[in-house]
Amino acid sequence: MNQIFDPIELDEIVKSQSTDPSAVISVLQTIQEKYRYIPREVFRPLSLKMGISEARIYSVVTFYENFSLDPKGHFVIKICDGTACHVRKSMPNLERLRKELDLPEGKVTKDDLSFSVETVSCLGACGLAPVLTVNDKVYPAMTPDKVSDLVAKLKEELANETH
Amino acid sequence: MTIDGQTVEIENERNVLELIRKAGIVLPTFCYHSELSIHGGCRMCIVEDDRGSLIPSCSEEPRNGMIIHTNTRRVRRYRRNILELLLANHSRDCTICFNSGNCRLQELARSFNISSIRFMNTAHSPHMDHSSKCISKDPNRCILCGDCVRICNEVQNVGAIDFAHRGSDMHISTPFGVPLAESVCVGCGQCAAVCPTGAIIVKNDINKVWRALDNQETFVTVQVAPAVRVALGQEFGLGDGENSIGYIVAALHRLGFDKVFDTSTSADLTVIEESREFVQRLQSWHDMPLFTSCCPAWINYVEKHYPEIMPHVSTCRSPMQMFASVLADEYRKVPGKRHVHVAIMPCTAKKFEAARDEFVTDGQPNVDFVLTTQELVQMIRQSGILWEDLEPEGVDNPFSVYTGAAVIFGVTGGVTEAVLRELADDHGPTALKKLAFVGVRGQDGLKETKITVGGKELSIAVVSGLGNASALIEDLKSGVRKYHFVEVMACPGGCVCGAGQPVVPLSHRAARGKGLYSADLLTSIKRSEDNPLMATLYDGLLKGRNHDLLHVHYPGHKGHHNHAA
Repeated sequence: MNQIFDPIELDEIVKSQSTDPSAVISVLQTIQEKYRYIPREVFRPLSLKMGISEARIYSVVTFYENFSLDPKGHFVIKICDGTACHVRKSMPNLERLRKELDLPEGKVTKDDLSFSVETVSCLGACGLAPVLTVNDKVYPAMTPDKVSDLVAKLKEELANETH
Repeated sequence: MTIDGQTVEIENERNVLELIRKAGIVLPTFCYHSELSIHGGCRMCIVEDDRGSLIPSCSEEPRNGMIIHTNTRRVRRYRRNILELLLANHSRDCTICFNSGNCRLQELARSFNISSIRFMNTAHSPHMDHSSKCISKDPNRCILCGDCVRICNEVQNVGAIDFAHRGSDMHISTPFGVPLAESVCVGCGQCAAVCPTGAIIVKNDINKVWRALDNQETFVTVQVAPAVRVALGQEFGLGDGENSIGYIVAALHRLGFDKVFDTSTSADLTVIEESREFVQRLQSWHDMPLFTSCCPAWINYVEKHYPEIMPHVSTCRSPMQMFASVLADEYRKVPGKRHVHVAIMPCTAKKFEAARDEFVTDGQPNVDFVLTTQELVQMIRQSGILWEDLEPEGVDNPFSVYTGAAVIFGVTGGVTEAVLRELADDHGPTALKKLAFVGVRGQDGLKETKITVGGKELSIAVVSGLGNASALIEDLKSGVRKYHFVEVMACPGGCVCGAGQPVVPLSHRAARGKGLYSADLLTSIKRSEDNPLMATLYDGLLKGRNHDLLHVHYPGHKGHHNHAA
């Protein structure tokens, strides 16, 4: 499921980036794009390459909600719970999603790293409310039933991929 | 510009706060240190301008025509409020805090007459970190001023800690919250020295030493490092940098130590061994330049940050460990009471060095306990000994002689000067005195000098502060700089400014170095080799064993055989 960590690949990512310490956020974003989280193993090479301490990188990663130190699922589903989505009933969508995926509240990622579910404060697509994204693909005007259909489709996709 | 009605001239001050200080007003600060970058986090230094804006003066550039009020009713009210907020999440068990009486937060709470806190303590009480042999970290006492973070990053270039998480979850942490002992921390303790509260404190081993002293079955010896004598007296009313070795020896005798020695004696051994090693490396030209090895935080720094440099580091044990080897050989091989050895050091990292496997013989560390200067102050106070009533005493035989070269080991440049005295072609008093002026003295973080010895010009560098050391290593790697000999002390200013010393403002610390140079003037012998005790040792206890007893091979030295005889 693409979660096996490849140090050579990481090295390539680090090498391709700017070594300017002020670029650390964009470097981390690139890493997160690749792995969907910030693997612990990147800290040392990144620190050496950019000339900033591992403690400082940890500081940046833990400051921004957007960075994750925990591995994320193959599909990362973000449910918008901004004001517009909330009043247009985003919460029932979330409840249905958790039920379909058997994810209790407080747990973000399935143990088999298939799905991650998180809420975000605003995706900036209020006109499409209630909205959710799957790996950055936008699904507008969602309802609980549409959520069930989507999950079924994604599960199928996943099954096809692993075969 | 105008400060409280006084006209003040703007020179090169980097912020309004410095100007206010020039105007004779000291504003309270936690996060501001002239030697560190500006953080602007604690907000205690707020002032009001003529338009009624409240500005943190540390983060404001002085401008012509500015009108600043530092003591208006509004400023006082806000400052008090800020202080109250800082105190809200602070563990207020001052009586059991190691830094009680030496805490800026406590001091300000008192001067602002704060008697109750309106806000609830919402701190999460994360765990304390006792893993390091040198320091302890207690997040409950932290006010997030970030002084420790900045000194660790900016001055020491260690980068062991930083702010982690945010908002009410923010705390000072190593990456992934690993214990300090497993982090890249080198134990230099500068974070503890700069902490305005008791959030980072130096480990305390006093009780273990009391137990050893109480035990009738033990024979307890103690050595006192050069730097201790010019700092301890400050706590008992002596002036900055005043040499109090006589009183220290007297106090140690009164505390019950059976024999009191001066680490200067073994520093003479270090000078001789290191000079020989240097000459041999120079002749065979291997692993040059040679780096000094006395400083344990520097050794840790090499191991954790620049392992490839280790072959360049001298294999000489530190003076503390050289003495400990000699004493262990003298007192542990004969039947009798169990020998316990204590070292009084200006240093926190020595606590780690003492526990290293390399310095354990038959299961017992050569140095059983290391106490910092501050801990000795505490022991003297606990014992009730009246400092004023002490009569200065001398150290004990048979290891009582030391030279001026050894005494100056505690200040940046001192080790180099001692080695130069050893190597100098002309041993005459005038020539030796001249060495003081070749550029090795002074508080600068990097000092460079060239000196001709035996017809060969040697390039020498002296660095203090690990940030300076790391910059120098990078320059050596890129070929920008070339040296034959490099002295490194981890603490800016050298051991006299170690984190185990009483904390005083930077401006007062320079006097400590001067104190050691004065102590040097008082000694009759200036060169280590001329110390008559050295001949006795080399012909006796050390005969044929100086390598085993006085040198060490850290793991990073492996694979490089040593050429020092």
